[in-house]
Amino acid sequence: MESSGTPNHMIDLSSSAAEFNRPLLLTPGEDLKGYILGHVGRWSLFTITSASVLAVLLIFIFVIREALPFLTQFSLTEFLTSTRWYPEGTPHEFGALALISGSLYVTLGALILAVPLGLSAAVFLSDIAPFKVQQICKPIIEILAAIPSVAYGFFAILVLAPWMQKNLHFSTGANTLNAAVILAIMALPTIISVAEDSLSAIGRDIREASYGLGATRAETMLKVVIPEAHSGIIAAVILGMMRAIGETMVVWMASGNATQIPSPWWDLSQSVRTMTATIAGDMGETPKGSDHYHALYAIGFLLLIFTFSLNLVSEYFLSRVRKAKGR
Amino acid sequence: MEDNQPQEKPVTQMETQSPVMEKILPAIHIKMDNQKQVTSGTTQDKATCNRCGIISSKEFSFFYGNTCGVKNISMDIYPCMVTAIIGPSGCGKSTFLRSINRMNDLIPHTRAKGRLEVNGINVYDKRTNLVNLRQQVGMVFQKPNPFAKSIFDNVAYGPRLQGIRKKSDLESLVEQCLKDAAIWDEVKDNLNKSALALSGGQQQRLCIARALATRPKLLLMDEPCSALDPLATTRIEDLIEQLKKFYTIVIVTHNMQQAARVSEWTAFFCLGELIEYDKTTRLFTKPGKKQTEDYITGRFG
Ligand SMILES: Nc1ncnc2c1ncn2[C@@H]1O[C@H](COP(=O)(O)OP(=O)(O)OP(=O)(O)O)[C@@H](O)[C@H]1O
Ligand SMILES: [Mg+2]
Repeated sequence: MESSGTPNHMIDLSSSAAEFNRPLLLTPGEDLKGYILGHVGRWSLFTITSASVLAVLLIFIFVIREALPFLTQFSLTEFLTSTRWYPEGTPHEFGALALISGSLYVTLGALILAVPLGLSAAVFLSDIAPFKVQQICKPIIEILAAIPSVAYGFFAILVLAPWMQKNLHFSTGANTLNAAVILAIMALPTIISVAEDSLSAIGRDIREASYGLGATRAETMLKVVIPEAHSGIIAAVILGMMRAIGETMVVWMASGNATQIPSPWWDLSQSVRTMTATIAGDMGETPKGSDHYHALYAIGFLLLIFTFSLNLVSEYFLSRVRKAKGR
Repeated sequence: MEDNQPQEKPVTQMETQSPVMEKILPAIHIKMDNQKQVTSGTTQDKATCNRCGIISSKEFSFFYGNTCGVKNISMDIYPCMVTAIIGPSGCGKSTFLRSINRMNDLIPHTRAKGRLEVNGINVYDKRTNLVNLRQQVGMVFQKPNPFAKSIFDNVAYGPRLQGIRKKSDLESLVEQCLKDAAIWDEVKDNLNKSALALSGGQQQRLCIARALATRPKLLLMDEPCSALDPLATTRIEDLIEQLKKFYTIVIVTHNMQQAARVSEWTAFFCLGELIEYDKTTRLFTKPGKKQTEDYITGRFG
């Protein structure tokens, strides 16, 4: 091959090897073109980015502005610690604690159900399931995340609620447990797919190292793979939590909408009302500019703070995943 | 296939020579028990040599999907000796080595054919106890693969799996293994540092230490020195020299001189087949095959 070779495809060794035959300096034309393209690209991308950031920022500002009259007129401590929510009573009472606790109840309830299930499913998909099953299951799970929430709400009302009344003898089908279960089902796809991604991102060589030292599959998963993927797993849990805490339609349909803290606290058969459901439910019938109206914005602001901080935490962990990948 | 026939000759010769072998090698007894004992430093194992190989491959083939990793490998690897596997890149050296402790199991769509015996047990038997197999057949991988844990925890991983919990035991074991792997001096002051913060060559030596820590009877090394400087390489070769008193070592290497230096037996692989397998001295001085000669001389110039 080399002796008979095709000369025009081979490097021409007759011109001295020390001579570069392509100039290493840009010509003035190339220089200018690169300069213009670089700047146009940079500025157009910058404009688009700042526009979207600005839109989000504007929403933030709008919510704060509408919430501000309430926060200045009414006591913040009462807002956060009282359970008496009588926005239309005389005098108005705006104690949002029951709403906050309602949100926490259904969200934490959903997490307690979804996290163990989701992580087991992720471990199964990444390390135990045969290759074929993985290939089929992953897209299906991602599709599940795209089902509109009203559909889940219908399922909660038409299937879960009667089932709970009949088999668990709950006085009402629309209750905390129902909302938690349905939110867990909704959060599962997110948790599974993000956790599975982070488990698969841990390379085969690491698993081999562990197996090679005589570890069983369980030991490999628990002592090596899951610890190395912990950032991604935490991010998965938080993303699932954000999905649950921000969800409106489903909890509106499934939670029963009673402004109360269940008592005793573990009685999940009682109804609760979440912050999101309150905003969605009340906003339509509240006159613009009234105290009630501003109070709803204050709740919205609180919700925004919740999800915003959760987002920051998940970003932090996801950035650690990215860093670990690039090692 | 027909090419294969004559190559088995040295092997059969070997077997007929076995009385001689027994004279050469101390009459000791290989003990591959399931005991999870780890004695530090000077292992008092009465390691010895059976008549036939501690690893015995019979018409062994391994497939990745439809491509063939190795085919029809028949060879015996003898205990308490260093066996080198040489051959051009992609010829199946790693595939064969990784088959011995079933490391290829994790790769989907793979399949093994024939027999591959370790201490008389076909490892591809369904009843193989993989944990005990891998505990006693240690492996150093081609690419360093430390865990994202501290240096100490990396080395202590294997012993901990075997139930060793006592801190002082672990400490002395870890120290011994790190010393054996010629990395102790570099890391002794920060054993709690992440192993990922080490250089590539240091990571490789850490992986060697980690493999030694399970006290394997058989050590498979896949190009352990490819990322090391000459000094560390020498120390690893010294280590191999030390270890072969008690352990059987199979080493894949691209470095012909290294194979000649450290090994008693050498196998030459090409395109997934075993071309020649013989005593190292004979293979390098009087190779029986044209292919082997070409490969060896091509490198030696
Ligand atoms: N994971 C894999 N999937 C599919 N084919 C593989 C895989 N690993 C190896 N092979 C194939 O098996 C053959 C032997 O590969 P192997 O890694 O054993 O070569 P090698 O002798 O170790 O080479 P090198 O010296 O470069 O490490 C190659 O042709 C390769 O393409
Ligand atoms: Mg290899």
